[in-house]
Amino acid sequence: MVSHKFCEKLTAKINNFKLIVFGEEPIRAYDRVHLTDYFGNKTLDDLFLSKNEWYDENNIDLHLHDTILQVNTIEKYAISKSGIRQNYDYLVFATGSAAFVPPIPGVDKEGVFLYRTIEDLDQIKAYASTANKGTVIGGGLLGLEAAKALVDLGIQESAVVEFAPRLMPRQIDDMASNILQNKLQALGLTCFLQKSTTQILGKNKITGLAFADGSQLDSDILIISAGIKPRDELAKAAGLAIGPRGGIVVDENMRTSDPHTFAIGECALYNEMIYGLVAPGYEMAEVAATTISGEQKLFAGFDMSTKLKLMGVDVASFGDPFITEPHARTILLEDKNKGIYKRLNISPDGKRLLGGILVGEAASYNMLLQTVNNNMPLPEHPETLLLGEQSETKPAGAGLEALPDTALICSCEGITKAQICNAVTQQGCEHADDIKKCTKAGSGCGGCVPMVKDLVAYTMKKQGKYIRNTICEHFNFSRQELFDLIKIHDLRTYDSVLDSLGTGHGCEVCKPLVSSLLASLWNEMILGKGNDVAQDSNDRFLANIQRGGTYSVVPRVPGGEIQPEKLIVIGEVAKKYGLYTKITGGQRIDMFGAHLNDLPLIWEELIAAGFESGHAYGKALRTVKSCVGSTWCRFGLHDSVSFAVQIEERYRGIRSPHKLKSAVSGCIRECAEAQSKDFGIIATEKGWNLYVCGNGGSKPQHAHLLVSDIDSETCIRYLDRFLMFYIHTADPLTRTATWLNKMEGGVDYLRNVVVEDSLGMAETWEKEMQALVEAYQCEWKVAVNDPDIRKRFVHFVNAPSEKDETVKFEEMRGQKKAADWNAPITY
Amino acid sequence: METLAITSWKLACRVEDTIENGGVCLKLEDQQVALFYFKRRNEWYATQNECPHKRQMILSRGMIGSLGDKPKIACPFHKKTFALDTGECLSGDECAIKTYPVKVEDGFVYIALQN
Repeated sequence: MVSHKFCEKLTAKINNFKLIVFGEEPIRAYDRVHLTDYFGNKTLDDLFLSKNEWYDENNIDLHLHDTILQVNTIEKYAISKSGIRQNYDYLVFATGSAAFVPPIPGVDKEGVFLYRTIEDLDQIKAYASTANKGTVIGGGLLGLEAAKALVDLGIQESAVVEFAPRLMPRQIDDMASNILQNKLQALGLTCFLQKSTTQILGKNKITGLAFADGSQLDSDILIISAGIKPRDELAKAAGLAIGPRGGIVVDENMRTSDPHTFAIGECALYNEMIYGLVAPGYEMAEVAATTISGEQKLFAGFDMSTKLKLMGVDVASFGDPFITEPHARTILLEDKNKGIYKRLNISPDGKRLLGGILVGEAASYNMLLQTVNNNMPLPEHPETLLLGEQSETKPAGAGLEALPDTALICSCEGITKAQICNAVTQQGCEHADDIKKCTKAGSGCGGCVPMVKDLVAYTMKKQGKYIRNTICEHFNFSRQELFDLIKIHDLRTYDSVLDSLGTGHGCEVCKPLVSSLLASLWNEMILGKGNDVAQDSNDRFLANIQRGGTYSVVPRVPGGEIQPEKLIVIGEVAKKYGLYTKITGGQRIDMFGAHLNDLPLIWEELIAAGFESGHAYGKALRTVKSCVGSTWCRFGLHDSVSFAVQIEERYRGIRSPHKLKSAVSGCIRECAEAQSKDFGIIATEKGWNLYVCGNGGSKPQHAHLLVSDIDSETCIRYLDRFLMFYIHTADPLTRTATWLNKMEGGVDYLRNVVVEDSLGMAETWEKEMQALVEAYQCEWKVAVNDPDIRKRFVHFVNAPSEKDETVKFEEMRGQKKAADWNAPITY
Repeated sequence: METLAITSWKLACRVEDTIENGGVCLKLEDQQVALFYFKRRNEWYATQNECPHKRQMILSRGMIGSLGDKPKIACPFHKKTFALDTGECLSGDECAIKTYPVKVEDGFVYIALQN
């Protein structure tokens, strides 16, 4: 990486040099910082630092898989493994470092790996499939990354063994380590501290580790990550000065003891220190390139602040994390409940920040780091800095204003605040990705990306530019803009919208979005007018696609109330078509495993029995759940079932930015869980309380009380307004909770709009909603009676009566289930 | 130079059986083939019906579209996208789908399974 950076810097400065690169690995330079991503979703192609042609285009000779074996600094030539004798004017060592392997008996056993190169990772990947218990020696930064890799690879029991009394001993203190350990334990990673490994157990293969205290740990895979040692053998053999514990000695120009030889990155020893991070390595590359091109730039040591995410846990350390009295005063926050630890070291006069540690929550890292690096004054009560980001109430960028132009934002690439702001104002960058292309900020470790995003938003806002959330390459509009344009132009089909307002031929992002807008606006049958091919998977066939390619069927059961005759019909239909039945979370019955061909037949029978579509497949109202209410319950205040049925029948089928769920409870005991719904209603002595914008799902959120003690009619009027406001303005696929979270002014603003009619839209919205309600028709009724739509419900268009024979079921508890996903094909 | 390969065209279906700007599935020689009529571009494409990601017989029920100039199909299960002309995966995965030549004559669609 550092060598690549050097090539980049030197070719950018001057072009009268011929650059020749020799590399040990068989592939060109790649991003080692994100090596762990190789276990996740990244491929090698994502990790390469440049395109294949880059070296050619810059006239650089690249010799891969060809190590330099010998250097003669007097006659200035080097000899490679393949026998190339290369003369040079300047020689740069960017040989990096190797993993330090402690001399433990048994480290050569099968199943013991290092964590350094792509090859190491490939070997680990291959071996891990046979392992159940994994261990990492080394609780430092890289060791914990390696442990994460073990967990990602599906190793059931993973452990980290550290010699020191705490994790990440160079970055965090004991209390921070405790918090981190607890968090990692919860994620399936056990940490053993103060353990000195004395032996690797096992015959040929590793079976465990033995420690100096007599204890043992079973393990069938081991990764050693016990630190690094600079690759200085070649330099040493060439007679260059080497530090007592390794490392090629360099001065502030990165020059070694030979004036024509330089060393950069993890092989270089500056001021008795090896810099094992990418940012200082890049800085060294810049210094060496500058010196060689005849200019002057000095290396002045480097800030070793870091922020990383370990298995979802933020850990950051900045400035001087360990400084104590009398040189500093410490402010601590330890929250064992949430697993948060924060430490700020401030100057004895309380005016400057010197450093600190953050575990569990590190959103303020960039701002704190800038405060240290720019020697910015602290607020009167510096302890407020510990209380986390309150970005939801504070306008973004409050702290950005105070940041000097020279503040270094991306330390990997050395990009300042002014450079980023200029990229926005002068080069038209509008996203962090544009900034990355323009300035390279954020392309190294990526830690500064959140701050870059904030800076872009801040600069654009300052320019009065509106930040637009456009849909995709085919529509340069936000959802809201497109909604209004479709309405103004009275467009009724996806193709006409694309022809009038878009470019290209559409995609899987804009098609369902536009289809949803058309449905929200006109409420016409979604499969008509050629719009069927623009519907998302489930809407296209009015059912929910499930594993294997069959569908599930959910008839509407308003309020969860159902007559015995209808229950019998559902049972009979399920038996006849061989369907698996399950009660849903929304008080309905779901029937799974229906072949595409059978869907119209199933629905014909359901419709004949009085059922209608439940829209379980649509971004629309799902269900209005209810408790039994005052008709039976001894506590019930009002008839919650009747009100739930009324509301469900009013809003059924209306398409919205995302699915909508609702509930009505007959008293404050809240058995219908109305406060977890997009809109929920709870009976009071005097009427109903209306709650909005709650949801369950991955990020549960309680609904907010919008208004109290209203009658049924008022409640429905407010709901009309609320829903139309949401349908008009929410971003695509945004639930009401997220929509409210992004709304400036929050629930107070929403209340003003809905209840006080501050926008003067109430009447319009109520009319629009009434039009949608009146346009409702059961989609399935239309579908089974329209031969053109109905003929699409076949698997083979050239053999309409045949079903897909690849669909497989298995038996479970007396019903069927879909067969597991077929094994992926390996290429 | 034109390659004179032996192309065995199979009669697949009538044009009216297909769906404009969408896909249908065909059973040809015991294989499942997805046929797409990209009317907006006046193009026809045929590919395997199986999505290689989770090996589901489903691509014909996906949405077609374009990425720049490239025609593509999105699998309805997890929205993996594939180029309709070359079959390459456009979602960054290392899997591709088979594509087959299509011709339309006198209202009939023909697909060549081997070429």
